[in-house]
Amino acid sequence: MAEALAKISQVQDWGMIQIRADLARAGDAIAAAVGVALPERGRITSDGSRSLGWMSPDELLLVLPRAEAAEALAALQDALSTEHALVLDVSDMRAVFRIQGAKALDVLMKLCPADLAAMPEDGLRRTRAAQVACGIWREPGGYVLIGFRSVADYLRGILTGAAAPGTQLDPR
Amino acid sequence: MTETGPFRLPRGGRLIDRAYQLPFRFDGRQMRGLLGDTLASALLANGQLMMGRSFKYHRPRGPIASGAEEPNALLGLGQGGRFEPNQRATTTPLVGGMVTTPQNCWPSLNADIGAVNNWLYRFFPAGFYYKTFMHPRPFWKHVFEPIIRRSAGLGKAPTEADPDRYEQAYAHVDVVVVGGGIAGLTAARDAARDGKSVWLVEQTPHFGGRTPTDHADGQARVDALLAELRGMANVTLRRSTQATGLYDHGYLLVRESLADHDPNAGIPRQRLWRIRAGHVVVASGALERPLSFAGNDVPGVILASAVRDYIDNYGVAPGRRIVIVTNNDDAYRTALVALDAGLEVPVVIDARSAAGGALPAAVRARGVRVLTGSAIAGIKGGQAVEAVKICAHSGSGQVTETVDADCVAMSGGWSPVVHLWSHCGGKLNWSDAQAMFAPDPNRPPTGADGKAMASCVGAAAGDLLVPALTGAQAESATMPVWVMPAHATRKMKFKMWLDFQNDVKVSDVELAAQEGYHSVEHTKRYTTLGMATDQGKVSNINGLAVLSNALNQPIPATGTTTFRPPYTPLTLGTIAGEARGEIFQPLRKTPMHGWHESHGAFFEPVGHWRRPYCYPKAGESHADAVAREIRAVRASVGTLDASTLGKIIVKGPDAGRFLDMMYTGMMSTLPVGKCRYGLICNENGFLSDDGVAARLSEDTWLVHTTTGGAERMHGHMEDWLQCEWWDWKVWTANVTEQWAQVAVVGPKARVLLERLGGQIDLSPEALPFMGWAEGEIAGIPARVYRISFSGELSFEVAVPANRGLELWEKLHEAGRDLNVTPYGTEAMHVMRAEKGFIMIGDETDGTVIPQDLGLNWAISKKKTDYIGKRAQERSHMTDPRRWKLVGLESVDGRVLPDGVYAVADGVNPNGQRNTQGRVTSTYMSPTLSKPIAMGLVLNGPERMGEVLEFPVAGQESYKARICDPVFYDKEGSRANG
Amino acid sequence: MLTLTCPYCGIAAEETELQPGGEAHLKRFGPGSTDEEFEAYLFARKNPKGVHFERWRHAYGCGKWFMAARDTATLQVFGTYSAQTPHPTPEIVAAIRAHRPDWQPDWTEATADTSAESLNA
Ligand SMILES: [Zn+2]
Repeated sequence: MAEALAKISQVQDWGMIQIRADLARAGDAIAAAVGVALPERGRITSDGSRSLGWMSPDELLLVLPRAEAAEALAALQDALSTEHALVLDVSDMRAVFRIQGAKALDVLMKLCPADLAAMPEDGLRRTRAAQVACGIWREPGGYVLIGFRSVADYLRGILTGAAAPGTQLDPR
Repeated sequence: MTETGPFRLPRGGRLIDRAYQLPFRFDGRQMRGLLGDTLASALLANGQLMMGRSFKYHRPRGPIASGAEEPNALLGLGQGGRFEPNQRATTTPLVGGMVTTPQNCWPSLNADIGAVNNWLYRFFPAGFYYKTFMHPRPFWKHVFEPIIRRSAGLGKAPTEADPDRYEQAYAHVDVVVVGGGIAGLTAARDAARDGKSVWLVEQTPHFGGRTPTDHADGQARVDALLAELRGMANVTLRRSTQATGLYDHGYLLVRESLADHDPNAGIPRQRLWRIRAGHVVVASGALERPLSFAGNDVPGVILASAVRDYIDNYGVAPGRRIVIVTNNDDAYRTALVALDAGLEVPVVIDARSAAGGALPAAVRARGVRVLTGSAIAGIKGGQAVEAVKICAHSGSGQVTETVDADCVAMSGGWSPVVHLWSHCGGKLNWSDAQAMFAPDPNRPPTGADGKAMASCVGAAAGDLLVPALTGAQAESATMPVWVMPAHATRKMKFKMWLDFQNDVKVSDVELAAQEGYHSVEHTKRYTTLGMATDQGKVSNINGLAVLSNALNQPIPATGTTTFRPPYTPLTLGTIAGEARGEIFQPLRKTPMHGWHESHGAFFEPVGHWRRPYCYPKAGESHADAVAREIRAVRASVGTLDASTLGKIIVKGPDAGRFLDMMYTGMMSTLPVGKCRYGLICNENGFLSDDGVAARLSEDTWLVHTTTGGAERMHGHMEDWLQCEWWDWKVWTANVTEQWAQVAVVGPKARVLLERLGGQIDLSPEALPFMGWAEGEIAGIPARVYRISFSGELSFEVAVPANRGLELWEKLHEAGRDLNVTPYGTEAMHVMRAEKGFIMIGDETDGTVIPQDLGLNWAISKKKTDYIGKRAQERSHMTDPRRWKLVGLESVDGRVLPDGVYAVADGVNPNGQRNTQGRVTSTYMSPTLSKPIAMGLVLNGPERMGEVLEFPVAGQESYKARICDPVFYDKEGSRANG
Repeated sequence: MLTLTCPYCGIAAEETELQPGGEAHLKRFGPGSTDEEFEAYLFARKNPKGVHFERWRHAYGCGKWFMAARDTATLQVFGTYSAQTPHPTPEIVAAIRAHRPDWQPDWTEATADTSAESLNA
């Protein structure tokens, strides 16, 4: 039996904080509060354990170890106390998957209409995976895919199916 | 002769491997083919010329082509779940062990009873069905429809689930070249040399197209191109890959066959590529046209190019004595290939008055008789060609000579394959010189940038010989021949087939024209020309030429029918892709879903969610379970998984003002710490969603929506914020899934919750009805909302989703002695109906306004505006005759059927009873031990006590008395605990 | 199937990633408006064959609504732009004119000026 195109695993210990604010005004304060540089449009920045992703012109997503979430939430609320801003712990409403392996891109190409091969190294792309919304960025050896918690089983099903052994997209 | 059939030639066959014999079955008989064969070539090698029967007359039919355009050789393929009807033998690669069955014949291929239609062909003219099944009208449903249904359709649909796997994939490519012939290979190379990412897709398993067979050094030229392409990193070559349609903005659908008919390969059978192409190069070649002579459908009459394909590609002789009939030089290639294979060519019948080109000369030099100015007057033979009757082309069919033959290779000229070009609006020009429609490069299909998104090259562009690439010498002109001989009699035209699969003949198209069908699109539908599974690939041009002649107008004045995707049929499994079984669609699950499953929940779909409908115990019916759950809640305490309720955070200095616009009621005045029920309408005034909002802080509200409304309401809010009031400072966030929510309901709800411990004071003083509090419960951070949808004392407890199961389990542990009972959506629905609470989707259907439902108390009189307010001022909305919500009490103890209408006196213009109301919710109430219902009734609130009649077909009419919709605890004291 | 570039993300999204929202630049009429005004706002749509302005939401993406100017017959896209403008921007008008010289805006330039500035102010 051939090997799966990529190893699909679910990540359980990440925390996530959603930040809504006028990024032109509050971007620096946010970056200082979380310790990660402000990402450009469509990108995600990282300092190793924390990442800060651009979700929309007025929305960022901070990804960090779950244990640090409460402290980061407080720091952000503090830093943005004088801004019109919204900071929410959304750690529990997400499902996170790692797609690891040389053919990880093949797996995503079967599910997403986005041109992920053309995504910049530090890109963050929001799109859909089959019938559900997702966000995708690269990590060493593959990709991270985040979606909604309620469809975690569906996401696992489509990712595992797309990674089925022998189904690489190379021409035959 | 070899073991793979009496018609297998001793030598040749560039695509077969004689070392590998493959057994297969056809019509119950065991046969052998070779690796590389198509099903058609293997059957021909075995002497099986007849492969099916036509649709209408059940005429015996053999293949006329060697590729995707084949109209006749359609077989049932496979067994059980893998059975597939209408598979083209000419494009199906032979796989060892294949089981195939002929179609459209009974009891057998050779002795088919339906063939009696064949003798009645004079009674099945164009428009037969329209003319016959017209009168009398009462016969439509019970006589005509069953007859048509029984005889309609070709092949049988499989009855079992398809066990194969399919998948889809997306690609983004600069240039996609469709067709791996020499023109396509060259175009791919040129684009790749420009540095573009290039895909080349070829429908067959082999690159090269016609060039290796038709041109000297053809294979070498193809191999050189392939070698260069294979060395280029920006080029992807895919074989057995069919471009099926080109759509808007360069969206190209392509089917890749991975393991067709090879279930043991362990990989998906087919893959559908959804490609975004910067540009599509159509290099799809050309298709040869049949000639319309009497008897042109007898098995053994085959397109000239296909005859030489079978000989050259597969080492198979379609016949041993082959008569060529043509109006062009190209068909002479078939004579040369046949002669080289040691087959006889007794005569070439050429409709042209002269045949002076190099190819005819070469054939003459081999001693073959060439009869110019000649035609076929008829074919002798029924199930196979026995002899060919020859006549002058200019005459009306006087037979001058009869020549024995077992095969006729015909060529009526070539038509470029312009389907992809035309799918998205590319236009065509008629070329008199070449007798063909070819793409007009000045009128291409255009893309998002307004520029051409496709171009044609090679034969698809009308450059049939591609001399620049093949080195072919010029040939003398094709002479258009649409009917052979030119002045054929009406009787002969009855036997000239245009559409072989649907049995449309020259006589049918002429009759249609005579009856006034002048539009080619109308003629197509009237005669069914080109409407078979082959979509008229070989018949369309001949058909519209005949129509043009009959109408005495030039061919371009008639025009073509519309080319529609897919080019060849797509199997449904490929279209479905991965979406089947468990992942047919996303099923949304709450954090407690696993608990519900392990406790026997029966689930119902609510949007994409699966919610427990009830939790039946062993031997308990659903109705019994629902009744037990309700009694337990009303007597003690129950828990409902309310996690699916939408939860939207609305925050900002303008949040209150914004919510006042969203809701009919006033949300800005809600004090912090309190909850308020609200209604959301659309701009049309109709009720769209409802729920309870809680004010979390001075500038933050948490808005609850219905389960199905979360995404819709969040989108609704964002729409207004982004597109209308974009200067208002408001943020929204849909946090539905961040929280698990449990409704703890019943007189013992407070007792149970207090047992879990925590710092939240749940006393009525600290947490009154419609209040909320924050803190910890059972060591879990929680918000508690004291709201009730059942009329009972009720707390909705929200905790972070990851801890929802923990809370749920602790409630059930701590409440065992209280008989704490999990209840489902049906118990919830019944309890809210007992209280007269409305349900979005039951009492509302997109035409109901809050005023219809007696909800005026939830509409602010002070506000100058809210979404839907202006609409609710329209005369129709303020009409006192609008049906209004009331309760309905069954008079005879029967539960009213859902959705039934109350009748009024008189009848409407259609002769139906007038109506005066309808049932919107109806249940058996376990609490009250009687049926309860709600409905919308004309002047309902003023008609208390009146009895309405609800007729139901086949039953005694239901009768119900109008009453107050609040059936239970009218004082509302129970919610206070 | 269309591809439209979200002006907020710069992403070329395909139609399945987008939610359609009908005709753009409708002016809302609320309480106090006449029946005719309200009817026109709620129901009357231009539905032209040719240049058209419409709303799309980058639903499987940044979640923002944006406007697209396109030809409903040829599906040529002249441009996409911010939803926070009461009329198509001058750049969009220029892009349309470059391909459809005969096309005339059906609004007046005077009102076209109250565009996105208020947002950025
Ligand atoms: Zn976007």
